[in-house]
Amino acid sequence: MRDGSSRPQPEPSSWTLALRHFLERRLPLAHLLPDRQPYYVGSWVYVFGVVAIAGFIWVIGSGVVLALFGPQWWHQSGVGRFVNSLHLWSVQVFFVFMVLHLWGQYFMAGWRDGRAKTWMVGVVIFAISIVAAFTGFISQQNFDGQWIAVNAKDATNAAGIGSFFNVLNFGQMYGLHIVLLPALVGTLVAAHILLVRMHGVVRPIEPKRTAQPSDEESAS
Amino acid sequence: MDSPATYVNWNFILISIPNLLMIAGMVAVFVIALLAPFPGHGESAEPVAVPVDRNDA
Amino acid sequence: MTAADPQDKYYAGIRMIRYDLVKELVLALVAVSVLVMGLSVVLSSPDDPAVTIQTWATKAPVDFVTTATSELSGQSGTAQYGPPYNNTADAAQAVGPIEPQTWAGVGIPIDPAQDFVLRPLGFAAVGNPTLTTALATYGAAGADQQQTWLTNYTTALADATVADNQVTVASGDYGPVPDLMTGLLGLARTGALDGLLLNSGNLYQTDFTRPLLFMGDGEYLSGLAADQHLTGDQWGMMNETGQYPGQTWLWLFSFWYQIPPFNTAANTDLLVIILMIALTALLALVPFIPILRDIPRWIPVYRLIWRRYYRDR
Repeated sequence: MRDGSSRPQPEPSSWTLALRHFLERRLPLAHLLPDRQPYYVGSWVYVFGVVAIAGFIWVIGSGVVLALFGPQWWHQSGVGRFVNSLHLWSVQVFFVFMVLHLWGQYFMAGWRDGRAKTWMVGVVIFAISIVAAFTGFISQQNFDGQWIAVNAKDATNAAGIGSFFNVLNFGQMYGLHIVLLPALVGTLVAAHILLVRMHGVVRPIEPKRTAQPSDEESAS
Repeated sequence: MDSPATYVNWNFILISIPNLLMIAGMVAVFVIALLAPFPGHGESAEPVAVPVDRNDA
Repeated sequence: MTAADPQDKYYAGIRMIRYDLVKELVLALVAVSVLVMGLSVVLSSPDDPAVTIQTWATKAPVDFVTTATSELSGQSGTAQYGPPYNNTADAAQAVGPIEPQTWAGVGIPIDPAQDFVLRPLGFAAVGNPTLTTALATYGAAGADQQQTWLTNYTTALADATVADNQVTVASGDYGPVPDLMTGLLGLARTGALDGLLLNSGNLYQTDFTRPLLFMGDGEYLSGLAADQHLTGDQWGMMNETGQYPGQTWLWLFSFWYQIPPFNTAANTDLLVIILMIALTALLALVPFIPILRDIPRWIPVYRLIWRRYYRDR
């Protein structure tokens, strides 16, 4: 059975086949899980992204346990408080390394050579992660969460979204925090990783006087 | 850990010691990452392949 | 690859080395596990308990009564807030013609006098002749008469004393207001007011709008927050209770609230939101913006990152 990925002869119309060919062309498995990289990735700066992902995995894992036992559990149980600590510190790790990754990618101008979408998805992940963290801090059901809610309402009300997105409504904030926002962040992180793998890591910046076509600050 | 943190005040900047340590730590990690050698892939590493552009010649 | 691999073209002439991405992820997971578990064991996490109406009334009865009086008189923060809680003229934040707070309308209608004071007192009045009479007297009086009593009482509260869990003021023309406040304070001290403010007619309830708005109108909650550097003009958005790091990534959002013209403006929140949306959009569009996208060339951190590559060339 041929893989069909390079055959030019017309195929009978099959959406499934068309989708498979599209995926095989855009993201072959060899690109999704490559076993080699250009030698210039030998720098610790390249590690920030994967550490952020590891942090994110811990955020989700600890979050699932917290959700399993309900929002009051961590106030009442020593184990619960420990899992809450895991959640807090993994959130800190996630943000620290996401920002370090942002600094690294900025100074490498990682958006070059057709990688603008990857950069933009990354910024959106950052923004939505902030909203996710915000709903989390507000869902603590303690003094910190209470104070955050009382103040944040002024921002949401000024923006005209205060009755739709009522920060004083615990049920709403908690639901957003454990369902919608992790799903959004997770989906976007997956898309971001796929984009990185599709394009491969960007080449080093070339000095302008020996500019190659691939070195144009093209945003295509 | 539950007593209020110490704060540093400079001009209009008011920051807690824990937050200051976080930010300083991040900058330090970034600088170290820039400078520290990365293991296992020095010049002596055997190249697996050098890609060839099949559309050339 | 049987077809021309676009990555072959992109990396033409560049030495490729073995690099195990899966192993890298596993190592990262192990390292993060050690770090996160270590931090959790050593430092744990903060959990200062929430303030209840009961705590507020017990620890700061004068502030509680003063706030409740302002809810009745329509002078409290919530009463004067505007949308989404009510329609107060000129209360909404606006930047020129941009006034989303007004456009959104009153989506969460709150009548502070009724919701925070009179309706709960109505429950407490059952079997309580003094309170029943006070409520009847207050309700029967005209608006002007009510305001006179309330204004006089508010002035007197500045010099109030607390004795025997009662708030006492100098004698004056306050009508039934002191009885109403005694009743409300008693209700709050028992913890019953916390429950009554959440009462929505449903068994289940997750919306804490009413108790939080009521508490936010007082100074007890904000006083506790100021002690922990959590208020807006203390970079509070970035901070956490106790000795824990906060949300340091909110540094720029917090920053604007500390400087003119934002720190004295009436529409600060809207200004900051518009500004931060614009800056976030700018960050997303960096690949397309001259100067912003050229800074990496001008500040050549990249020479350190790829120093081996440049040395080899």
